[in-house]
Amino acid sequence: MSTPVIRAEDVSKLYRLGEVGTGTIQHDINRWWHRIRGKEDPYAKVAAVNDRTRKEKKSSHDDYVWALKDVSFEVRQGEVLGIIGRNGAGKSTLLKLLSRVTSPSSGSIKIKGRIASLLEVGTGFHPELSGRENIFLNGAILGMRKQEIISRLDEIVDFSGCSAYLDTPVKRYSSGMYVRLAFAVAAYLEPEILIVDEVLAVGDAEFQKRCLSRMDKVSKLGKTVIFVSHNMSAMQSLCTSILRISNGEAGVKSRNVEQEINNYLHDCRTAQPSFPVELQDGMRILGLEIAPAIFPTGQSTMLTFEVELPIATTITDFAPVIYNHAGVRIGIMDGRNKLGLPRSFAPGRHCLQFNTGPVPLLPGDYVVGLYLRTLSAWVNHENLGDFQLTSETGMEITNYPAEHIGILNMSYSAAIL
Amino acid sequence: MPPPGGNVAYPRAQQPHLSLQATGFCNRGRQRARSGYWPRRFIFLNYNMSQTTPELATAAEEEWDMVIRARSGWFNLHLQDLWHYRDLLSMFVWRDFVAVYKQTILGPIWFFIQPLLTTATFTIIFSGVAKLSTDGLPPLLFYLAGTTPWNYFATCLTKTSTTFKDNASLFGKVYFPRLITPLSVVISTLIQFVIQFALLGIALAWFIWQGRDIRPDYASIFLGTPVLILMLGCLGLGSGIIISSLTTKYRDLGFLVTFGVQLAMYATPVVYPLSIVPDKYRFWIELNPMTGIVEAFRALYLGAGTFSWLLLSYSALVTGVLLFLGIIVFNKVEKSFMDTV
Repeated sequence: MSTPVIRAEDVSKLYRLGEVGTGTIQHDINRWWHRIRGKEDPYAKVAAVNDRTRKEKKSSHDDYVWALKDVSFEVRQGEVLGIIGRNGAGKSTLLKLLSRVTSPSSGSIKIKGRIASLLEVGTGFHPELSGRENIFLNGAILGMRKQEIISRLDEIVDFSGCSAYLDTPVKRYSSGMYVRLAFAVAAYLEPEILIVDEVLAVGDAEFQKRCLSRMDKVSKLGKTVIFVSHNMSAMQSLCTSILRISNGEAGVKSRNVEQEINNYLHDCRTAQPSFPVELQDGMRILGLEIAPAIFPTGQSTMLTFEVELPIATTITDFAPVIYNHAGVRIGIMDGRNKLGLPRSFAPGRHCLQFNTGPVPLLPGDYVVGLYLRTLSAWVNHENLGDFQLTSETGMEITNYPAEHIGILNMSYSAAIL
Repeated sequence: MPPPGGNVAYPRAQQPHLSLQATGFCNRGRQRARSGYWPRRFIFLNYNMSQTTPELATAAEEEWDMVIRARSGWFNLHLQDLWHYRDLLSMFVWRDFVAVYKQTILGPIWFFIQPLLTTATFTIIFSGVAKLSTDGLPPLLFYLAGTTPWNYFATCLTKTSTTFKDNASLFGKVYFPRLITPLSVVISTLIQFVIQFALLGIALAWFIWQGRDIRPDYASIFLGTPVLILMLGCLGLGSGIIISSLTTKYRDLGFLVTFGVQLAMYATPVVYPLSIVPDKYRFWIELNPMTGIVEAFRALYLGAGTFSWLLLSYSALVTGVLLFLGIIVFNKVEKSFMDTV
């Protein structure tokens, strides 16, 4: 068993919401007064759990929020730990604490070995300096010695693919070149513990692939990597364990990467609009049942809408719409054909059911919306529920990357004549 | 997979380039040697853990290179980190120097023009119009010998006083000893000082060649120059980082700095000699730590002015205290300033 290289014990971080202003100094004085008497921080006691969607305030003490609360975990040497969680869950705060950018409000983190953190690509690049000069500057900021950079300069330049522009100020670079150069420096940074935030979000597909394979290589060298990303497929292929953070509280670190990611994705999906959804004229959608919600591409699913009408209403249009994860409209199921609309509905509850038929779309997440029109009003709700398509079973060859396939999962046949 | 035990946790010999890496953490040997590194609470915690989870806690495994905790001691300064990051210091100095004059045609010549114009203005206003005494020295030389040290101090102070505010985006993304930044400012400003100093040297040589009776203190020049420069730099750095640390959350004090430094020049014998200050104000002027340094500077190069060991020692004392206080406050603030800046 390898040795622990990071141990976090009850790490918490308290943040104050709102602006720094004259109101703050009163709190500071109060806090200082408590501290010199050896008492606990009065605001830490009443701080709320980190939930960015919660709006209502109960008292002025609600200005304080735990970005992280009692997070404990241990990372062993050679481990690739993926940290997942929704936006604002506290992932980046944790990385900031680990990389010493800021310090915890309580608790401790013990670290063995040298840490380098890559929270941003191109930190400290100076626009007026040339590419070569920036390699040295950025390398030094990330903790490399000058000698070390000199010895790796050729590799770095090679990796970046910017050799022709090496003596041009980086302000003249295209944004893609800028990122490539910056990542090239970071790629040759080889500390014992590497912390990488969502830097893969920038750059083209080739760059992301390069970045991931480089991280894979680093971990193969026996280095420890801590990695935050929303790219779950990258997480799945790279990580050996997963720590999930939600609302500032960490779950238990799990070595079952696939299970943990699936759980997370499932929980994300349940975060749907809260029914009933109020529409115009007192109409309400009481629920949308999608069964099954997770099914292989090419199969069908059943959408059941439950609608409540306060008065007798003539519905002229009722059309569920499918969107992909990027919000692109994929298809519509026009109820005028199959339901015989327009038609009058009595007040009360009605269930309308749609069978999608085979869905030949790429594996991924899809959202169901609804276009509804009556004689007096209309509404286009873009997110009432969603479903996930999994990949076809029994395919022998792994698919091309999603961006190469398009949106349709062709049902095709082929032969060599 | 490496065998268990902290000492063999990373096979350094197999990764030779690693040992070259500069990061902020001191090597373990040194840390172990530093007595009192482990706070008492932590030792107790370790002891507990070895009781409850024996498979984790062999003695070797429980050696950590670094412990990040909420509140650290006032005197835990991590000054050895600075040494590990010396390459970064030189990169910053070089960047400050190179980047400023990119896309200018005259380049570093601007360093000459600025003090020349200032000195010319002072000569006309304070000597020509206001007829202030210059201790019998040629006005040009007198003002040049005053503005050279003053400019260095003032630039150091103003530039370092905005350290946290100006570097927030950099500090928010990567760790390195924050003190590197103000240090690099003090050193890169030194280059500006050297150029102005050369100007003073040229003017001095010219007036001596013209046969004016100016007697620099040749005997002490070689020892005195570095001492005075060091004092100027440290005084500027010390007060600058104190201001910078105090203004991360409440920026009010920052407004004071720009015009405060301008006003402070008149509280320092830059445009007048200390000898003409009336007795009732003299105490206040002498309370200014820059007074002793500027007067010593003039005495050293022009052989005139009111040099006093007492004043100079007082300046040295204030410099030392301010620098010490500054480093302590700065270290305290750097750990969490990102949350409030």
